[in-house]
Order: sequence, then structure tokens, then C-alpha cells
Amino acid sequence: MTPGEPLIRWDWIASHAGEISLRIGEHLELTVIAVVVGLVIAFGLAFVALRLPALSAPITGTAGILYTIPSLALFAFLVPHTGLSVLTAEIGLVSYTLLILIRNIISGIRGVPSDVRDAALGMGYTTRQILWRIELPLALAVIFAGIRVATITTIGLVTVTALIGQGGLGYFILLGIQLFFSTPLLAGALGSIAFAVVADGALVLVQRALTPWTRLR
Amino acid sequence: MAESRGATVEFRSVTKRYGDTIAVDRLSFTVPAGRICVLVGPSGCGKTTSLRMVNRLIEPTSGEILIDGQNVLAEDPTQLRRRIGYVIQQTGLFPHQTVADNIATVPRLLGWPKERIQLRVDELMKLIGLDPGRMRRRYPAQLSGGERQRVGVARAMAAEPPLMLMDEPFAAVDPIVRERLQNEFLRLQRAQGITVIFVTHDIDEAIKLGDRVAVMRLGHLVQYAPPAELLAHPADDFVAQFVGSDRGLKRLSLLTVGGVELAPLDRAKLDGAPVLSPSMSLRDALAVMLSSEAQEASVMEGDRYLGALTLQQIGRMLRVDEPA
Repeated sequence: MTPGEPLIRWDWIASHAGEISLRIGEHLELTVIAVVVGLVIAFGLAFVALRLPALSAPITGTAGILYTIPSLALFAFLVPHTGLSVLTAEIGLVSYTLLILIRNIISGIRGVPSDVRDAALGMGYTTRQILWRIELPLALAVIFAGIRVATITTIGLVTVTALIGQGGLGYFILLGIQLFFSTPLLAGALGSIAFAVVADGALVLVQRALTPWTRLR
Repeated sequence: MAESRGATVEFRSVTKRYGDTIAVDRLSFTVPAGRICVLVGPSGCGKTTSLRMVNRLIEPTSGEILIDGQNVLAEDPTQLRRRIGYVIQQTGLFPHQTVADNIATVPRLLGWPKERIQLRVDELMKLIGLDPGRMRRRYPAQLSGGERQRVGVARAMAAEPPLMLMDEPFAAVDPIVRERLQNEFLRLQRAQGITVIFVTHDIDEAIKLGDRVAVMRLGHLVQYAPPAELLAHPADDFVAQFVGSDRGLKRLSLLTVGGVELAPLDRAKLDGAPVLSPSMSLRDALAVMLSSEAQEASVMEGDRYLGALTLQQIGRMLRVDEPA
């Protein structure tokens, strides 16, 4: 960075407002797709693990291995197969949400008190009704805790996907590094942080609205 | 008792085996309609297993259970359970639902219209002494232990079942609340005429609540009798020991002053003696007489003098048979 150059040049921000909002939209899209697809897959796998306890360890184990692969290495491995595409980015992003989501769905449902399940069965709920009306609502607080961590992790990881051309705000970070220019670098970094904080706050509000009984006592 | 809409329940040689262990062994007895049958015994005697076979939470290995003559094993378990009230010790209230929604559980499963459900919920809340206006929207976590148990009982009664199964429903609350809940429950049961099968390990509770008491041990039914009969004539040493060496005293609490043939003593002699009412239990009468160091007491119904009760008379009632 040139000495005397200010950390942030607001005129650059102002002149790139359109592109910034475009990249924020892209960031949001990549994050939402990853978390939603991750949730769908995680619910499916968690239900299998709950019904067939023998598969519980292999399922969480596989999700654990996926989680330990360094993101850059994973993208490098995927690019020859799926190119510099949204698909490549999403395969990586979704993989990283699975461990926390599967684990929280399983432990949320297992955490439903046995007397509640017993009473529901004894009063004539079917197994399916118990899942949808009792277990899932009661597991919601724990599942939401997982969704929050998965979302924040994903927002951070999306910046890395800039390296395969799908970066959202990560694009500005790369640009800043390449140009040795602090304004886009900070815009990208601080933008991602702000995005994560806002998303987390929004999820907390949604969870509170959905689980009013957890805030009593 | 109100006209009974309770069901008759009959166990016919019901057996439950887990591998080589026999949890319940050829259990046979009948619960008359509108009555409370208490299954009592030490832990592991098979009482809870027996209860849970009625609504098929546990399937018997052999034998049959008939409700109003219909074999429960021939019915769809889900439909069966919706016709049977179910109350458990930890309440099993749904933490994510309000008091009103909890009580409405079975009516909703049965598809009652909304207005009917709401009327029934309000009616039940009043019956259990919870103000609907104030409490309807509360969650279980906002209730006291006693209130939670009351809601559990109301929830089980919501769809007007002819039969209720209760598994130690009052065991988790403190003795004072328990006593109040027992009294309320008796009042409700008498008013609604529901048949109840009630599990407890507490012999005092069994004697207080049961019209019939089934004493179980190691999967066997040892004795099935009305409480007074159980206390007066225990079938064997196990029952005698289980009901306690104070069973004579316990029996006194089941008998009333009015049930004794009173001595036609001259009222003038009873000046200063304690006054009893005929509806008092003999146990309470004994306590009154002992604490005022009186040999006899006058029994009054309002202003009318009925006769005298003497300590000797009470003593005679205390004498109970040794097991055969």
C-alpha cells in the first residue's frame, strides 16, 4: 500500500456501489443454497441414522471426514471434475454444513424427554405424528443452533470460493490483495463479517419466534 | 356415584415374558365399570407392565385383555389408545404446547370441531381448579408441579374416555400437594364415573384410592380385594408385611363413626366428652379421643344425639385377623 494512502477510499466505495451490492447478493445466494441444500441432505441422513442406529456412526463419521478436508484442497480436487462453477462451490460449501447439521438434528431429536414421547404414544399419536408434532418442534432449538453455526461457517467459506470465481464478497478481498489496494480488501472482509453478524441475528429472531416456550421460566 | 359410563376391564391369564424372565404371570382379574383398581407392589412386581399392556404400549406374550368384552389385541393400537386416558408420573406434558393445547390433544386427534374442543378445555380447566382465562395460554414450564399433574389428568380425561390408566401420577409431588391431588382426583372420578387402573408402590395411596386393590409380587397377583378386606384378611405374610404392621390403624381410616353400632349411653354422663360426627373416620375419632384423654365420645348429627362411641369399641375394630 502506498504511504499516505487512506485505509478506505470512500469515493471507490461510492463508485463501486452497484458491484458491491451485486457481490452481496451473490454471497447471500451461495450461502442460502448451501445451507438449504445442506439441511435437506442432513435431515435425510439424520432420519436414517435415527431409524437405523447402526448407521449413525458411519453417517456422522463420513460427515466428520468431509469437514476436516481443507477447503482449498477440496476445491482443487473438484475443479478438474466440475470446473470453475457454482456447482463446485456448492459441493464444497454443502459438505461443510453437513457435520454440524446432522449432529444437531440427531441430538435435538434424541434429547426429547422420554416421558413426552411415551405420553404422546400412549394417547394415540402415530409414529409420524410424533416426529412432526412433537420431536421436530422440540428439537428446533438445537437444530437452530446448528443452522446458525453452519450459516456463519458458510459465509466465511464463500469468501474462499472467490478463488474459483464464485466468491461473493471474497472477490473484493482477492482484488485488494492483487492490486495491493486496501479499500476493496477491507470492504470484502468487513462486509463478510457484517453479513455474518446480521445473518446470525436474523436467525436468532426467527428461532425465538418459532420456539416461544424456550424463553420462559 | 353418577351413572357409570366407565368400561369393564378383564385380564384373562395375561402373561408377559422377556426371554426367560417372566414379568407378568397368568394375571387374571376383573375391574368393574366405574371403579378404581389399584395395582400395588414393590418395584419389579410387574404392575407397570400390566398397565401398559392395556393400551398396548407393551404386547402380552399370551392371554387377553378385554375392555367391555372386546379384546384389545384385535384393535388398532392407535385407535385403542385414543379411547383410553393415560397419565404418567413425569406428566409427559408437551413443553412446546400451551395448557389448552395440551388438554386438547386427544380431541384434536379425534377431529372434534374447534368450538367443542374449546368448550371441553374450559370445562376441564374449571374442574381441575385452573382459571381458563389466566392459565389457558401458559406453557407447562410456567406451572407448579401440582398444576402440571392436574393438567396431565385433565388431558387424559379430555375425550371422555371410559377408562383411564394412571402410572404413579402423584408420586413426584410433595405429600401435601399429593393429598390434595388425590382428593380432587377421587371427586372427579366419582363425578365422571370413569373406570381407572392406577399403579402405585405406596400402599397408603392404594388403600385411599382403590375400590379394589391388586397386590402383585414377582409377576403374580397375590391378592385382589377391597382395601378394608385386604387390611382385615391379608392373604399371606407378604401382603401382611406389605400393608404394614399398622394395618389395623389403616383400616380405621376406612371406617366411619356412623358405621359402628353406638353404645346407648345416657347423654348426661357424657358431659365434657368430645363430640364426633358420624361421617368422621374411626382413625380421626381415635385421635380426638386420645388427645382429650376421654374414654368415650358423644356422636352428634347436627343437634341430634345418636349415641356414644367408646375406646373399647374402637379397639375391637382394630383387631384384625392374622394371615391364614
